[in-house]
Amino acid sequence: MSHRLRWRKFVSHFMLTMTGLCALVAVAVLFFILGYLVYHGGTSISWNFFTNLPAPVGETGGGMANAIVGSAKLLLLACLLGVPIGFFGAIYLAEFSSGTIAFVVRYAADLLNGVPSIVIGIFAYSLVVLPFKHFSTLAGGFALGLMMIPITLRSTEEFLRAVPRALREGAMALGASQWKTIASVVVPAAYRGILTAILLAFARVAGETAPLLFTAFGNRFWSPGWNQPTASLPVMIFTYAIAPYDDWHRQAWAAGLVLLGLILIINIIARVILSRGVAVPRT
Amino acid sequence: MASVRSAVSVKITPPVSVPTSREAHAPLVMRMTVAKVNFYYGPKQVLFDINLNIATNKVTSLIGPSGCGKSTLLRTLNRMHETVRSSRLEGEILIDNQNIFAQDVTALRRRVGMVFQRPNPFPKSIFDNVAYGLRINGVKGSIHDAVEKSLRHAALWDEVKDQLHKSAYELSGGQQQRLCIARALAVEPEVLLLDEPCSALDPISTAKIEELLVQLKDLCTIVIVTHNMQQAARVSDFTAFLLTGQLIEFSPTPQLFTTPSDARTEAYITGRFG
Amino acid sequence: MAGSRSFLSKLGDGDEIARLVTFIFAGSVVLITLLLVFELWRESYLPRHKFGFGFFVTSVWDPIFDKFGALPFIYGTVVTAGVSLLIAVPLGIGAAIFLAELAPARVSDALQFFIDLLAAVPSVIYGLLGVFVVIPVMRQYIQPALKNSLGFLPFFQGPAYGVGFLTAGMVLAIMVIPYIISVSREVLISVPRDQREAALALGSTRWESTWKVVLPFARTGIMGSIFLALARALGETMAVTMVIGNTPTISASLFSPGYSIAAVIANEFTEATGDLYLQSLIELGLVLFLLTFLLNGMARLLIVITSQRGSGMGQA
Repeated sequence: MSHRLRWRKFVSHFMLTMTGLCALVAVAVLFFILGYLVYHGGTSISWNFFTNLPAPVGETGGGMANAIVGSAKLLLLACLLGVPIGFFGAIYLAEFSSGTIAFVVRYAADLLNGVPSIVIGIFAYSLVVLPFKHFSTLAGGFALGLMMIPITLRSTEEFLRAVPRALREGAMALGASQWKTIASVVVPAAYRGILTAILLAFARVAGETAPLLFTAFGNRFWSPGWNQPTASLPVMIFTYAIAPYDDWHRQAWAAGLVLLGLILIINIIARVILSRGVAVPRT
Repeated sequence: MASVRSAVSVKITPPVSVPTSREAHAPLVMRMTVAKVNFYYGPKQVLFDINLNIATNKVTSLIGPSGCGKSTLLRTLNRMHETVRSSRLEGEILIDNQNIFAQDVTALRRRVGMVFQRPNPFPKSIFDNVAYGLRINGVKGSIHDAVEKSLRHAALWDEVKDQLHKSAYELSGGQQQRLCIARALAVEPEVLLLDEPCSALDPISTAKIEELLVQLKDLCTIVIVTHNMQQAARVSDFTAFLLTGQLIEFSPTPQLFTTPSDARTEAYITGRFG
Repeated sequence: MAGSRSFLSKLGDGDEIARLVTFIFAGSVVLITLLLVFELWRESYLPRHKFGFGFFVTSVWDPIFDKFGALPFIYGTVVTAGVSLLIAVPLGIGAAIFLAELAPARVSDALQFFIDLLAAVPSVIYGLLGVFVVIPVMRQYIQPALKNSLGFLPFFQGPAYGVGFLTAGMVLAIMVIPYIISVSREVLISVPRDQREAALALGSTRWESTWKVVLPFARTGIMGSIFLALARALGETMAVTMVIGNTPTISASLFSPGYSIAAVIANEFTEATGDLYLQSLIELGLVLFLLTFLLNGMARLLIVITSQRGSGMGQA
C-alpha cells in the first residue's frame, strides 16, 4: 500500500471515530443531566416538598405545593385554549381548505411557533395583564396556550392528511356527509398521532418559564381562582436557583427532577404511542 | 498508456476452460476470474455457484431477466456489495490472479471502476467531477491534461470544452452519463463495470455510448450488465446468461445468440420470457 | 360556492356548519398572529419616536435618566449565539454524520431518540445545571486554562468569574445541538445512495466520500439546520439569564459578564417604572421577534430547497 493511501485510510478512520465521539458527547449530556438531577433532586425530595407551602426565608421545611397546583391550573388553561384551536383548525386545513387560505394559516402558525417565548409573554401581558391591571393565572394560561397552538395544529394536520383517501371515499360512498366522515372515520384513524401531538405540545409548554414571568408572575401562597398571580414549578426553580439560600437550592433540584421527570415521561409515552403504529388498514 | 498496459499483461496462459465455451482463435488472457461464488443477502441466497472469466480488453456482457442476479454479480467485482450490511459472499474473485478480498478495497476500486444505471454526477462542475478521482488519488502531471484526456476518451470533450466550470447538472442525461464514464476513466482503471448504463437514456444517447464502449475496449476490460439483448449482441465479445441466480450459459456472443446450447437461453433470447 | 341556495339554508347543512366552525378556529390563528405583531408595534411607539434608529446604536442603558440603548443587548445576543454555533455546529454535524453514515439503522434510531429527548429538556433545567455545574467548572478550570494558554488573545483576558459570554455560549451550544443533529441527520440520509456509491467506486475512503460528496450535496439543508439553531439560540431566555451575568457591557473578552435581549426583558420587565422604560423593553422584544422571524424563514426555505433537490430536480 502506498504511503498516500495509508495516510488517507488513517484520516478516514480517525475522522469517523471523531464523529462517533461527537454523537457520544451529545447523548452523554442527556444522561449527565438526568443523573445529576436524580442525585441532587432525589436527595432533596420529601413529602414536605409536595404538601407544604414555601416557608419564609431562612426556615426549612418549605415545599412547592402551590407551585405544583399552579402549574396544573396553568396547563389546564393552556390546553383549553391550545387544543381546540389546534385540533379544529387542523381539521379545517386538512379537510375543507385549499390553496391560499391554507397557506396563510400554515404560515401564521409557523410564524407563531418561531416567536421566542419571552415575546409571547409580552403579548400576553399587553392583552390580559394590562387591561385587568394585575397578573393572573388566566394571563399565564393564555401565554402557554398560545404556544401550544402551532404544535397541535401542524402535527394534527399532518396526521389527518396521512389518513388514506381510500378510507374517506369508502365512508362517503356509503352516504356519509363530509363532517360525519371526518368525525367517524378520519379522526379515529389518526387518533394516535393527534394524541401524540397534544402530549408533545403539553410537555413543551409544561417547562416554559419565560412567558410566565410577567403573566402569572408568582406567589408564595395559594392562588384561589383564576384571577390572581400564581406560583409555577418552572418559575420557582428559576427563583430558587438564583437565590443565595442553600435550602432553596435543594428545593430547586427537587423541583427540577419532578419537572424534568414529568416532561420526559410524557415524551416517552407519546413516542411509544406513535411507534405502535398509526392505525391504517392495508389497502 | 493503453499500449504499455497491454504489452505488459500479455503473458501467454492457457484460457481457463468454461462450460460450453469453444476456444477462441487467439489465446485469451483473463483479467478477472469468478470462482465458485455463492452470494447471500441475509438468509436469502441470490447467486448460486458462479464460475466466470472476464477476458482482458474484451467486452463481456451479463444478460438475463429482472432479478436474475446480474447486477448483484457485477457489484461483487468491485466489492460494492459490501455497502449493504447483510451481504455475504462465498468463493473467490481474482483480478490478475490476486484475490480481491485480500487487498485494500480502496485500492481495488481504483483498478475496477463503475458506471451506474442512472447518471450520478456530483454537485460540482464538469471539470471537478472528472478531476475528483485524480485529486484524491494523486496524479502525475497536470490535472487539466488528465481531465481533457478522459473527456476525449468519453467522446465528450468537444461538447464541453468551453464550459468545464459549469455545473454538471446542466448537461443532458446522455451527456451526464458520458461524464460519469469520463470520471471513471480518469483514474485509469483496468476494468470498467457498467450497470445498465443506457437504461435511463434516449436512443441517440444510447447509440453514442455503445459506440464508445467498443472503442474503450482498447483502454480497459469492460463488463456490462444489460437487459437489452440487442445491445449485448451489438457491443460485446462474450455474453453470460443468468437466470434466478445461476449462470446458465457463457459463450462468445455470436455463438450464444445464434446457436445457444441451453434451451433456457434460447427461450430468453427469442423472447419467450423475460 | 355561487349558487341559488340562501345562506340560511346552507347553514342547515352539517357540512357547511362544520366548515364554518373549523374555519373560525383556523382563522383565529391568523388573527392572533396579526394581533401579536400589532401589539408589539403599538406598545413600542414611545422609544421608537424618541430614539428612532439611534436606539440600535446607543450603548447606554440608564433607566434613571430615561436613556435606553439596545446595543449591549444586541451585542450580547449575537456574541452568545455566535459562540454557541462555533461549538455546536462542528459537534452537531459530526454527530449527524455518525448517525447517518456509520451507525447501523437501529443504533442510529436509538441515539436519535435520546437526542430528541435532549431537545425536550426545558430551558430552566439547563439554567439550573448552568448555575451549579457549568459556572463553577468554568471559574475553576476552564477559564483559567484558557487564560494561561490563549490569554494573549483579547477574547480570553480579564477577570474570570465563571459567568459571562463564554459560559452562556456553552450552555446555549448544548441546547441547540439536538436541532442541528436532527435536521442534518435527516438531510444526510436523504442524499441519494448512488452519490455515495459513485464516490466509493472511484476509490474514495469512506471519509472522503462523506466529506467531499455527501456533505456538499446536503449543504443547503445543513445550512437550514444551522439557521434554525441560530433562531433558537437568539430567543433563549432562562438558561442565558442564569449564567450570563446580567450586566449591560460590551467587551471583547468572553469572560466578561454581559446581557442578552431576552435576558434583560426577563429581568427588568416587572421592575420597569414608567412607560418609556417598559416600552423600550417591548421594542427589544420586537427586534428579537424580527430577527427570529427572518432566520426561521430562511431556514425553512433552505430545507425546502434541499428536499426538492433530493427528488431529482437538479442543482440550479
